[in-house]
Amino acid sequence: MTRKQRRLTLIGCALVVLAIAAGLVLNALRDSIVFFSTPSMVAEKHLGAGKRFRLGGLVEQGSLKRGDNLAVTFTVGDGGATLPVAYKGILPDLFREGQGVVAEGALDADGVFRADTVLAKHDETYMPKDVADALKKQGHWKDDYGKPNNMPSASAAPTQGAMR
Amino acid sequence: MIAESGHYALVLALALALIQSIVPIVGARWRDAALMNVARSTALAQLLFVGASFAALVTLHVTSDFSVANVYENSHSLKPLLYKITGVWGNHEGSMLLWVSILALFGGLVAAFGNNLPLSLRAHVLAVQAWVASAFYLFILITSNPFLRLANPPLEGRDLNPVLQDIGLAVHPPMLYLGYVGFSISFSFAVAALLEGKIDAAWARWVRPWTLMAWIFLTLGIAMGSYWAYYELGWGGWWFWDPVENASLMPWLAGTALLHSALVMEKRNALKVWTVLLSILTFSLSLLGTFLVRSGVLTSVHAFATDPTRGVFILLILFVFIGGSLSLYAWRAPALKQGGLFAPISREGALVLNNLLLTTACATVFIGTLYPLALEVLTGEKISVGAPFFNFTFAPLFVPLLLAVPFGPLLAWKRGDLLGAAQRLMVAGIAALVAIAVVLAWTYGGATLAPLAIGLAAFVIMGALCDLAERIALFRIPLSLSLRRARGLPRATWGTAFAHAGLGVALIGIVCETTWNSEYIGSMKPDDVAKVAGYELRLDGLNPRQGPNFREMVAQFTVTRDGDKVSVMTPSKRNFTTRGASTTEAALLTRGASQLYISLGDTSADGAIAVRIYHKPLVLMIWWGPVLMAFGGMLSLSDRRLRVGAPKPAKSAARALQAAE
Repeated sequence: MTRKQRRLTLIGCALVVLAIAAGLVLNALRDSIVFFSTPSMVAEKHLGAGKRFRLGGLVEQGSLKRGDNLAVTFTVGDGGATLPVAYKGILPDLFREGQGVVAEGALDADGVFRADTVLAKHDETYMPKDVADALKKQGHWKDDYGKPNNMPSASAAPTQGAMR
Repeated sequence: MIAESGHYALVLALALALIQSIVPIVGARWRDAALMNVARSTALAQLLFVGASFAALVTLHVTSDFSVANVYENSHSLKPLLYKITGVWGNHEGSMLLWVSILALFGGLVAAFGNNLPLSLRAHVLAVQAWVASAFYLFILITSNPFLRLANPPLEGRDLNPVLQDIGLAVHPPMLYLGYVGFSISFSFAVAALLEGKIDAAWARWVRPWTLMAWIFLTLGIAMGSYWAYYELGWGGWWFWDPVENASLMPWLAGTALLHSALVMEKRNALKVWTVLLSILTFSLSLLGTFLVRSGVLTSVHAFATDPTRGVFILLILFVFIGGSLSLYAWRAPALKQGGLFAPISREGALVLNNLLLTTACATVFIGTLYPLALEVLTGEKISVGAPFFNFTFAPLFVPLLLAVPFGPLLAWKRGDLLGAAQRLMVAGIAALVAIAVVLAWTYGGATLAPLAIGLAAFVIMGALCDLAERIALFRIPLSLSLRRARGLPRATWGTAFAHAGLGVALIGIVCETTWNSEYIGSMKPDDVAKVAGYELRLDGLNPRQGPNFREMVAQFTVTRDGDKVSVMTPSKRNFTTRGASTTEAALLTRGASQLYISLGDTSADGAIAVRIYHKPLVLMIWWGPVLMAFGGMLSLSDRRLRVGAPKPAKSAARALQAAE
């Protein structure tokens, strides 16, 4: 083989692999991405039952109810609308009423969001970005959500001004 | 006083880095040895000052000086000493200081051990290293100064995020950074080669040990992080395809490709242009990882920093270095000389295939990680790309790679014999078929893909052993002769075999854990018994306990199997009063390579506690694999042939190869 033929073989192989990869990526992007919604967006868009999405918002105060065998229900709201959520399993350590939450799952026929995963991918000072953005858009953002110093910490108070 | 000295030392390090950025380059232009040698002393001095700065921050944390904002926000006087130290890098400012310290460390190492490098190459490498360092010193000093004082010092600190108070944090970030930042050396070498317009096999010989070292640390760092997430986050997962994890995986994939292409360049003087590009890309991906983690653009477990000015600053660094180096590449690369010829079926060909698949796999991870960000910026739509995306793209690309792995080392350089290699791999092929048959029979009617994957893993492991057996002519010549040959084999050959076998080991763990994981989730009261995978777990009771800076509720489980007591497991739920946060401390029971895993949920009003119990078969193999890979890397690193300046390296290498064949 000449240098040219060898190079062509190489480029041919590379193109084949890249084409396969591109096919896989496009296919996977069509099937396996999940959109993010807030309760208001759910109300507007009339999302059908069974369509998977991520629901984000704040857990409404006093809405958490524990049933038998680890079943829990709570309500997620974003100031505009609320949506009942049902979940079975152990809630993450950082799950609290009044705090932000992201749940993944789908609506059932009764309009209840059946979550199979509840994420609390944030520490207590950090609001999930999706939730924060959605709340800002709704005009329900309170500035102290994202700040570290709304925590019950005795010594934090006098130094807030100096921190940032 | 200590804080101010630390700050001042950092400013001095910046000044030294600026000198190191300019003077050696000027020296190289003027061919002035004295000016070029400035690089060496400034690199060492820089290491000294940034080390002093880091030591100052550690001292502040250890002595709990809460007049420093960084200490106040991340420490607590009651925190155990170990976590006071590890807390230094458990926050944004401290971890960036660790980042530059490691960068300076690598610069210092090149300065100290690079005596056999051509003077101008060393000057260029250290200058490029200093460019990166200067950018990050500026970043720290302007946006993330860890030494800022508070006007009214509080009496007590806010404590470190409880999730981070763990031994895993002591090891994981430094390891990861040693890997990430270690690739800066190959980057600097690549840019230096482009600046000089000269690149040859010797260059690859110098670059390879540094790349290998970074790769070893990155491999261990990723494995460590994965194990930490597994036992600390309490839901038993070890890889979430979280953007932060992907950020470390991408440089690893590119770095693995770089290791292999540098090999071709060193041995055959081919693939030069590609190797230079890979060096640049690998470090660019490390920088991208730093950006993703440190700018807070992601919603993820690791994103603790949420300050846009930092994001913009790192983005700027990213554009300057990636854009700059790629432009330089586009401008200078055509000037680099073409390398040697080789047939498609040859060792070189196999390594090219390796590079092709690894970089493509890396590209799919890149797309999956950045697509949601790009889409949000462009259209405002929010999506999440989860595990299914990566399973459908990454896995299909890794299968052909794993199939090809055993063939690579068996093919000769220049022109290989595929049929011959296949014959020599017959044993591995048979082993794979047997493995598939056994697993299929054992799990009759279960998953179909899993046995095939186990077979693939067996093929990879046996393939690595076949390669060794072939080289020492096992069973073809007397055993004593074979053993003598085994001793004579270059360590790099052993390293290759271990690293490749490690891939197979990890694959077995991954497949077993994901396919045959059994779990029990429910609420239990004292004296309740849960049955998981043949084990019986009895909840004996719940006891409160007071820790140094937390209170915990410890549950005691007695584990029995067929009536025999196996062990006692004590998972707990900790409550950290200062932050009002709680963590779940899972209890692990190791049986061979398998583990029982218990983590606790909430207690309900009637005294029952929610528990999650998993039996994870062969789960430890997931991490033994990377450890084996790293061990292989270390063996290779200790190979005499990699040590530059060993007398007549080319000749002795050739002899060793002949002896091995």
